[in-house]
Amino acid sequence: MANVEIKKVVKKYGPVEVIHGVDLSVHENEFIVLVGPSGCGKSTLLRMVAGLETLSGGEISIGDRVVNNVSPKDRNVAMVFQNYALYPHMTVRENMGFSLKMRKKSKEEQNERVMEAARILELEPYLERKPSELSGGQRQRVAMGRAMVRKPDVFLFDEPLSNLDAQLRTQMRMELRKMHMRLKTTTIYVTHDQIEAMTLADRIVILKDGYIQQVGTPIEVFEKPNNVFVAKFIGNPPMNILEGVCNVIDGKRFVVIGKTRFPIQDGVAAEIVDGSPVLAGIRPDSIKMGQNVERLPKDWWCHGEVVVSEILGAHSLLEIIIDGENDLLAEVEGRIVAHPGETVRIGFEFDRMVLFDPETKMALY
Amino acid sequence: MSKPTTTTSRITIGTISMYGALFFLALFFLMPAYMAIVTALKPPAEINLSTAWELPSKFHWSSFSDALSLLKSNIVSSVILTVCATTLSTVLGSLNGYVFSKWKFKGSEFIFTLFLFGMFIPYQVILIPLFQTLRAMNLYGGLPGLILAHVVYGLPITTLIFRNFYSQIPTALIESARLDGAGFFSVYTRIVFPLSIPGFVVTGLWQVTQVWNEFLWGICLTRHADNPITVGLAQLAGGQAVSWNLPMAGSIMAAAPVLLIYIFLGRYFIRGLLAGSVKE
Repeated sequence: MANVEIKKVVKKYGPVEVIHGVDLSVHENEFIVLVGPSGCGKSTLLRMVAGLETLSGGEISIGDRVVNNVSPKDRNVAMVFQNYALYPHMTVRENMGFSLKMRKKSKEEQNERVMEAARILELEPYLERKPSELSGGQRQRVAMGRAMVRKPDVFLFDEPLSNLDAQLRTQMRMELRKMHMRLKTTTIYVTHDQIEAMTLADRIVILKDGYIQQVGTPIEVFEKPNNVFVAKFIGNPPMNILEGVCNVIDGKRFVVIGKTRFPIQDGVAAEIVDGSPVLAGIRPDSIKMGQNVERLPKDWWCHGEVVVSEILGAHSLLEIIIDGENDLLAEVEGRIVAHPGETVRIGFEFDRMVLFDPETKMALY
Repeated sequence: MSKPTTTTSRITIGTISMYGALFFLALFFLMPAYMAIVTALKPPAEINLSTAWELPSKFHWSSFSDALSLLKSNIVSSVILTVCATTLSTVLGSLNGYVFSKWKFKGSEFIFTLFLFGMFIPYQVILIPLFQTLRAMNLYGGLPGLILAHVVYGLPITTLIFRNFYSQIPTALIESARLDGAGFFSVYTRIVFPLSIPGFVVTGLWQVTQVWNEFLWGICLTRHADNPITVGLAQLAGGQAVSWNLPMAGSIMAAAPVLLIYIFLGRYFIRGLLAGSVKE
């Protein structure tokens, strides 16, 4: 097990720079998730750690060793690929034992480690089957088993769950988490799915266009996003971002959006003064309805008209218009029934509101 | 009123005339084969132009054994030539294809394009330089020189077929093997080669056909003792008084191996050529 240090790493394809000097420290035993939209450079970064892509600049070290010029097989990292990359002509046993065979481990050790992984992953009945005779979930397990038997310093996962159906994905996500709790191997995991990122990660790294946008725990990136991009990318449904202007009334600051005043908490974003334009970010789940409104201070209440309601069972998604012009998505308790056209009382958890600079799109705290 | 979709196909004037035309054309194309078989089975005295189309009065099988004894050394040469040239050009083509599809390097596309040029050079064009080169290498006149010529000349097509074949093997498989500890050759021997059987069948069939049927280099680059079957056959048909049953029997024997290979392995050939064109 080892830590991974990524220092000022640059990747260029010809004249095109796709990763622009990324710095990241992955601690020992940590589960790091790289997340971002397609083309953000997350897979490239992972492949550079694996040694499958060369660096155009910067340095990567695993443990205390700089691995820039170390070939993939000598880095002691194991990777799980999106399409599993199982060897089609080998049985499950041979697939899992391949790396041990290549490393000239004894037959007994090969067998022992393969059996141990097979037991953990419940693959024992399938050891003599070929990958073509397995279901998607079983193939995924074999790919994980192949990585496990290596006992590598670092696990690398490249969107390993994206080929599975929704139900299996949830199940495998849990298993991945359990596997990490058991083995505690340093893990770098790439996904475009923010739910996977939130549920699996010790820390999330959000990438966009080859730049790191934010590094933080799931709660940090959810509650304290660095910028508008992170605020909208993390969380589903995404954060509501409303344009407004700061007004000072009786010595208190408000974001005025239409006719509604959103109070700014004391001590927050001192740079916002009377007349500053500002973006207000409100999580859909920080909008309350029904009984829950009563728990909020009265000046956090307002009224809105329901446009659409989607009932999802445990909760409902409502599109609400306030002041006849500002659209908001609200995620409220499932038992609350609201009909389109109805005017409802809503309350905001303004202590969770995040303010952004409309110019730089950076968060102001 | 709707017609069932799975009724027997209706026989129309169109289909009758189409199959009639196809039948006629098939007969037309089989005429030389018929002529060869009929002539091979006649005793020499019975062969003349006026009765050329008639069946033999009695099957004269000894033409085949006579031709065989005359062509024996040529057949042996051809078998050695074909087996060696096919094996070498296929294995080398497989390695080339592996490099050009999975270990691309700076300029590899350019070198691959140069390789492909080789496919468009006719045998005749390089005959004289090839002759001189082989003589300079002390390889003129024997089978090794001819094998070398066929191996080199076969490389463009074998490289192309294998490169395209290997481009269907997901690159992640190679990368996974590299992370598992395999190097350049162990990735080839343990991952790529075992998945190459269809590629070897297609390329092997192609090369066997090319090398076995080739005549010009055979006659120009080998001395009499090492002439391949195509040359032996031509010598059988040359000269003043030809007993035509012998060259006919000889050509049937010369065509048989390639024909049999296609009859038994042809579907692999088609499948190999089409591999990857349809999603499985």
